[in-house]
Amino acid sequence: MPLLEIRNLQIEFGRGPKALRAVDGVSLTLEPGKTLCVVGESGSGKSVTALSIARLLASPPAVYAGGEILLAGRDVLRMSPAELRQIRGGVVSYVFQEAGASLNPVFRIGNQIKEALRWHRPQAATDAEVIRLLKLVGIPAPESRMCCYPHELSGGMQQRVMIAIALAPQPKLLVADEPTTALDVTIQAQIIELLSDLRHQLGMAILLITHNLGIVGDIADDVAVMYAGQIVETAPVRELLQRPLHPYTRALMNSVPVLDSAGGRLATIAGAVPRLGAFPGGCRFHPRCPLARPDCSQTAPPLVEVELRRWVRCPYWNSPALKA
Amino acid sequence: MITRLFRRFIASAVTLLGVAFLTFFLLNAVPGDIARVIAGAKASPEVIKDIHAKYHLDDPIWQRFGLYLKQLAHGDLGHSYVTDQSVAEAIITRLPTTAALSALAVVMWVAVAVPFGVLTARFRNSAFDRSVLVLATLTLSVPSFWLARMMQYWLGYKLGWFPLGFYRSFVDLLLPAAALAILFVGYYARLIHTNMVEVLDSPYVRAARARGGSETVVLFKHALRNAMIPVVTILGMDVAGLLAGVLFIENVFALPGIGTLAVQSVFNLDPPVIMGTVLFSATLVVGANWVVDLLYGWIDPRIKSGS
Repeated sequence: MPLLEIRNLQIEFGRGPKALRAVDGVSLTLEPGKTLCVVGESGSGKSVTALSIARLLASPPAVYAGGEILLAGRDVLRMSPAELRQIRGGVVSYVFQEAGASLNPVFRIGNQIKEALRWHRPQAATDAEVIRLLKLVGIPAPESRMCCYPHELSGGMQQRVMIAIALAPQPKLLVADEPTTALDVTIQAQIIELLSDLRHQLGMAILLITHNLGIVGDIADDVAVMYAGQIVETAPVRELLQRPLHPYTRALMNSVPVLDSAGGRLATIAGAVPRLGAFPGGCRFHPRCPLARPDCSQTAPPLVEVELRRWVRCPYWNSPALKA
Repeated sequence: MITRLFRRFIASAVTLLGVAFLTFFLLNAVPGDIARVIAGAKASPEVIKDIHAKYHLDDPIWQRFGLYLKQLAHGDLGHSYVTDQSVAEAIITRLPTTAALSALAVVMWVAVAVPFGVLTARFRNSAFDRSVLVLATLTLSVPSFWLARMMQYWLGYKLGWFPLGFYRSFVDLLLPAAALAILFVGYYARLIHTNMVEVLDSPYVRAARARGGSETVVLFKHALRNAMIPVVTILGMDVAGLLAGVLFIENVFALPGIGTLAVQSVFNLDPPVIMGTVLFSATLVVGANWVVDLLYGWIDPRIKSGS
């Protein structure tokens, strides 16, 4: 049984005819112990999807308009508030983008870790366990650091503390929502490496949300690419990076800076992500697609399994123009 | 740290000196002969002359101010010209009533404003939130002298739930304290509401929810502690400036506190007592500032380390 199975999820903001659909028919599967990366630009709906797994979107305005989120076999969308509190942290833990802002500024970090322990593993809410967790995420001198306030730590250390808090209840799934975006590049690599190590050490699954395809290869088993509230391509990581099928994925890959490329301007994707509520008709990527044909603006293409475990939302994925 | 404390001390001393100077010179500008006030309208010129000599009323004002400061430096606030009671003693005997009244009022308005502020922020734009907003606006706009009088009349006199005099215990002070608390409760409920709304949108509140924190813990521990940081400053200033409200409530309810002492001293034109009560309240403001600074470092650790 998959640890996480999202089926045809629809999330809207607001109600009635003015409702804006931010997530439109997203389906994802994550097996225990595996890593799935969801990639997309800002506004693609990837963070909204991630937050919905523990039903963390403020509702209103968010409305879960359809679909199922099965976490260890149980539908999160049907859970009572008490059940939700159990799975938040206990089954699925979160690491957010800005660690500095996600740690409560007025409490010592040791106490914040201990609080997560008290909520889910009360018998383990001890200094010794806090120190063990801080060591686990690679914080030097954990005995003295546990008395620090968040502002006394660097950005990288803050993110490690966030990860320690997330790990404290021993979750089965770690959702990391852009965990490295606010960090500089060397620290980014360290955090990704830490997450990768922890996954092997603890056997938990990771759902990593990122806009940076460059870090996907280091950690993912599978990748889902999102655009304008929909998944446009899913594939095992190696195959996706070697042979992206959707024009959007290809464009994303071209915009990753490469060290040994011979000068030249960095490729960008023309245009901007459409605004929520202003998604174009037909294929949502067609206004920015270099290979768009007249009928792309007419019919919305379905997500189709074109090869084993390779799903693409583009009927022309196999056209010669795309291969070139 | 030591230099900061020292600077702080000097600043406080200068503030108090300034207050003493201003009050002293303003009192001196009040028309009329103090000696006449003391001895009465029918006093003979000889008596008036004696009083002038006794209280150095004919000396130049600078000299008299110097004399007053010298006396202050010895810890002596002087004696009332009217009752001859020591000013310090008058303040100290009346302090318990005023302190009890103020403390009770502060506890009341904070205890009411906190839950209303937090819950209206949690359920903002709900019918509950809007009703509280209307009530808060009402308490802010109703004239306090009218409200205090009405409470006294209806709850004290008509219904007989509260005593109208002869206050013996803390419980007897409930009505005057409530009248005082109402002046602040609406304002504080809205102040906490506004800060909570901001804090509830912050990533650390979402993170606390994501960890499985119950709504009560998220609201009253994670969010409230942060929302109270700006409130504590204002609370400190309001507690310090509370004597203005106390002065008024004590007079309405005929409570033997510092407020009535201050008002009497003005009606009697009794300079030593006026000086004493003004300096006392100035000291309170300065002291409250110290306390707020200390509290601030405790409630917001980012300030203690100066970042």
